[in-house]
Amino acid sequence: MNLATHAPILAIAVPLLGAFALPLWGKLHRYLRDLWLLLVGGFTAAMAVLLSARVFTAGIQVYTLGAASPGETVASGGFPIRIVLAVDALGAFMALITVLVAVVALVYARRYLAEEEGKTLALTLGTLLWAGMLGMALTGDLFNFFVFFEVTSIAACGLIGYRTWAARGPEAAFKTMVMYTAGGLFVLLATAILYGEYGGLNLAYLAAQIRGTSVDRIALGLLVGGLLMKVGAVPLHMWAPDAYGEAPAQSVILLVANTQVALYALFRVLFTLYGGVADPAVGWLVVALGALTVIVAALMAVVQTDLGRLVAFGAVSQIGYMLLGVGVGLTVIGARPAFGLVAIQGGIFHMLNDAAAIGLLFLAVGAVEKAAGGRDLAGLGGLGHDLKWTTGFFLLGSLALAGIPPLNGFASKLMIYESAFRLSPILTALAILASILLLAVFLRAFQGVFLGPRLKPATPVPPPMLVAMGILALGVVALGLFPEFFVRHLVTPAAEALWQGRDAYLRAVLGG
Amino acid sequence: MIGNTPFVVCMVLVALGLWALLFRRNLIKIVIGLKLIENGVNLFLVATGYVRQGVVPIYTYAPKDATMVLPTPQALTLTSIVIGLATTALILAFVVVIHRHQGTLDAGKVTELKG
Repeated sequence: MNLATHAPILAIAVPLLGAFALPLWGKLHRYLRDLWLLLVGGFTAAMAVLLSARVFTAGIQVYTLGAASPGETVASGGFPIRIVLAVDALGAFMALITVLVAVVALVYARRYLAEEEGKTLALTLGTLLWAGMLGMALTGDLFNFFVFFEVTSIAACGLIGYRTWAARGPEAAFKTMVMYTAGGLFVLLATAILYGEYGGLNLAYLAAQIRGTSVDRIALGLLVGGLLMKVGAVPLHMWAPDAYGEAPAQSVILLVANTQVALYALFRVLFTLYGGVADPAVGWLVVALGALTVIVAALMAVVQTDLGRLVAFGAVSQIGYMLLGVGVGLTVIGARPAFGLVAIQGGIFHMLNDAAAIGLLFLAVGAVEKAAGGRDLAGLGGLGHDLKWTTGFFLLGSLALAGIPPLNGFASKLMIYESAFRLSPILTALAILASILLLAVFLRAFQGVFLGPRLKPATPVPPPMLVAMGILALGVVALGLFPEFFVRHLVTPAAEALWQGRDAYLRAVLGG
Repeated sequence: MIGNTPFVVCMVLVALGLWALLFRRNLIKIVIGLKLIENGVNLFLVATGYVRQGVVPIYTYAPKDATMVLPTPQALTLTSIVIGLATTALILAFVVVIHRHQGTLDAGKVTELKG
C-alpha cells in the first residue's frame, strides 16, 4: 500500500479510530494510553504534513472513497456519486494549522490536566476534535462536510462542558451546543435544497451546476448563516467568549482552530461553490461583518474583569480581521485588481498568525490559572516574580496580537490594512483603532497580572506546558521575522486557490 | 399544489423550532425547538427524494420496471437522525448538570455567565 496515495483518508481515519481506542488503553495503564496517543498523534501529523507537501509541490490531491482506485472520481456517465476528498493548497494550509495546534495542545495537556479530572476522556475528545477538523478541511462533499461539522460540534461541546463540577462549564457548553446544532442544521437544510435542485452532493459538481436562482440564494444564505454561527462573528458571537473562557486551556486552542476551519468552509462556499455566480453584495456583507466583529469584540474586551474572557474577546476580534481581509478580496473578485489578492493573502496569513499568537495567550492564561488558582483580574498581581517564562510568553502574545513589529501579527495586519484601504479607508481606520484598543487592554491586563508586588507565592509551571508555549512563541517570532518566506511558500498558494483556483479545483475533481 | 404540502409542513416545523429557540426561556423547550428544526430538515430531505408512484428503494424486493424513490436522501436522513440523537443526548446531559447546580431551568435565572 502506498502511504502517500492514501494519506488523505488516513489523516482522518487514524485519529478517529485512535481516539475511541484511547479509553481502552487507559483502562489498562496510563503509560500505554500516552504511548498510543503519541503513536496516533505522530502518525496523523505525519500524514497531514505528507499530504500538504504533495499538494504544495504537485497540485490538488483527490481521493475517492469506495472506488477501485482513488483517482476514479466520476462514475460511468460523468457523474460523481462517491464521497470525494479534494485537497487544494488552502485545505492543506488548514490541515497544517490543525496539526500545529493539536500537537501543542497534546503536549500542553500532558501536565495541565490531572488524572482525577478525567484526563483520558479529555484527550479522547481532543483527538476527536482534531479528526473532525481534518475532515472538514479535506472533504470535497457537502454532506460529508456536515457530518464532520457535527463531529467537531459534539467533541468541542464535550470539552467546554467537561468540568461538570463547576456550574459555569455546562452553562457555556449548553449555549455553544445550541448555536452549533442550529448552525449545523442550517448547513444540512442548504445541502438538502442543493441536492433537491441539482441531484448531487459533490462540491465541485454543484459548483459547476449552480446557476444563481433564487433557491440557490436561499441555500447560500443558510450556508453563510450556519457557518457564521460556528465562526463566532459578531451578531452570533455570544457563545464564543463563554466557551473560550470555560473550556480547559488545552482545548481552547483547539476551539480557536475549529472556528478557523469553519471560516475556511465559509470561504470554500463563497469562492468555490458560489464562485461562478459571485455577487459583490455578498462580499460587502462579509466585509461589514468583519469590521463589526473587529471593533465590537475589541470594545467588549475593555470591560472584562476575567483574564480568560478578556483574551477570549481578543480571539473573537481576530476572526473579524480574517473576514475583513478575505471579504475585501471577494468584493473585488470580478475585476481582479492586485490588492484583492493581497487582501486574501493577509486574511489567510492572519489565520496562521492568530493560531500562534492567541494560542500562546490562552495557554499562558491556563498557566496563570493553574499557578495562582484563579483568573479574576482583581485577585491577581505580581506573578512575574515567580513565573518568568509565562510572563514573557504572555507579553509576546499580546504584542503579536496587537500587531507590533517585528512580531507576526504585524505582517498580516499590514497586508489587510493596505488592501482594505483601497476599498474604503474607513475599514482600515476601524481595524487600526481596534488593534490599538486591544494593545491597551492587553497591556493593562499584563501590568495587573504580572507586574507589581508579589501577592502570594505561585506554584511553578510544569515543563511540558512551558515547552508547548515555547513552540508557539517560536512560531510567533519566526513568522514575524521571516514573513516573506511563509507568504511565498504557504500563504500565496492558499490565497491563489481562492483567488483563481476554482477552475483547477473543478477540473481536478470532475476531470476534463 | 397538494404535492408541495410536505415542503410547507417542513418549513412550518423549522419556523416553529426557530421560534421556540428564540423566545422560550425553559432550557428543555429550547432543546425541543432544536429537535423541531431537525425533524423539519429531515422531513425535507426525505421529501426531496420522493418520486411519484415510487416504491421503496430495495433493489431485490422491487417489482420489475417499478420506479424507485431516491435512496440517497434516505441514507442522508438516517445519518442525520443518528447525529441528532448524539447531539440531543449531550445537550440534555448539560441541562441535567445545569439543573443540579442551579436548581432551575429558567434561562433568565441561569446567569453565571454574562456579557
